[in-house]
Amino acid sequence: MAACMSANRSENAFSANDLVPEWAQEEVSTGTTIMAVEFDGGVVIGADSRTTTGAYIANRVTDKLTPIHDHIFCCRSGSAADTQAVADAVTYQLGFHSIELDEPPLVQTAANLFKQMCYRYREELMAGIIVAGWDKRKGGQVYTVPMGGMIVRQPVSVGGSGSSYIYGFMDSNYKPGMTKEECLHFCTQALTLAMERDGSSGGVARLAAITEDGVERRVVLGNQLPKFSNV
Amino acid sequence: KSITTIIAVEFNGGVVLGSDSRVSAGETVVNRVMNKLSLLHDKIYCALSGSAADAQTIAEMVNYQLDVHSIEIGEDPQVRSAATLVKNISYKYKEELSAHLIVAGWDRRGGGQVFVTLNGLLSRQPFAVGGSGSSYVYGFVDAEYQKGMSKEDCQQFVVNTISLAMSRDGSSGGVAYLVTIDEKGAEEKCILGNELPTFYDQ
Repeated sequence: MAACMSANRSENAFSANDLVPEWAQEEVSTGTTIMAVEFDGGVVIGADSRTTTGAYIANRVTDKLTPIHDHIFCCRSGSAADTQAVADAVTYQLGFHSIELDEPPLVQTAANLFKQMCYRYREELMAGIIVAGWDKRKGGQVYTVPMGGMIVRQPVSVGGSGSSYIYGFMDSNYKPGMTKEECLHFCTQALTLAMERDGSSGGVARLAAITEDGVERRVVLGNQLPKFSNV
Repeated sequence: KSITTIIAVEFNGGVVLGSDSRVSAGETVVNRVMNKLSLLHDKIYCALSGSAADAQTIAEMVNYQLDVHSIEIGEDPQVRSAATLVKNISYKYKEELSAHLIVAGWDRRGGGQVFVTLNGLLSRQPFAVGGSGSSYVYGFVDAEYQKGMSKEDCQQFVVNTISLAMSRDGSSGGVAYLVTIDEKGAEEKCILGNELPTFYDQ
């Protein structure tokens, strides 16, 4: 099970113990559930919306689906600071590259830029990222760049601390050749199940569908999430 | 730490227990066909997870205590009694032991019952999963479990769960053992690796 908390205690002249509450000493983490699914014509990505510092929920409506380019998004899990920094750097590099090429960049390029950064700084970073998008050459693609900096293309991928709980659900319910609506439904169910079981995931379910025509974003609020019989 | 995948489910009239068969010491698999469903009494079984030594010892001790108890009362023991005996040991020695047993069985008074004894608590649940492989199938069991399943549905549900967990958890694998307990008795079954259900394997 991926543990996404790391307490970076620096040796300070002020001992922070009395002045600062415990939860403010913990690093901000997107203990998370993120996922992405390919379908014919695009991808569907989803994430929960909880950011924690220790046991305190710093942000209960976080947006972990970050645009990297017009048709390429990334789902962030791990340390909030690390993933935001890497995503910003890759957005810049990709934008530059796209202008040089004078055409929209490939999803594989974006994913490899993430991989290069995550692998080079693997000791310092704590970032698990799923890159997903649509391009003209290969259509919808999902690339996962977990902690450590490897890259692999998968038709469906889950990540973050909540992902452990839904591997079984994903294996049994994913079928190749689903439509966009089926993928959205599958993602909503999977995120709901993970949010129920993982303390570091929760809030609302954010979804996005990326196709040739663009990006369509959806939010499923807490009371609209699907209910399962005993959950 | 926790080896295994174990699961127990109630249905109307009995219970179904399931487990994988792998025992690992670090990276080595020392037994690939171990039956982790241990008999406590004719119609009460327990599923072992965690440290193999601790779990087996607890099961043997409770087996003995239950035999004595059932002779004293002159009839078959209740599932709750068996679970309480397990819980007493788990709680008293909770610092030294690291094993989790799920106790399930059938008795005349309460029908099929599943009890969880993790860390020394005692709780009855309609179904329970345990072991390292259980993390990966929480989502699946939450989604697929329905109240009021038939015996065959329960068996299929248990086999599917074990199969999914074995394909994701490195500490689970081998064959799947199934025990179905109802009024008539306990029926043991072993499902070999190649007969297990397969799912989408990317």
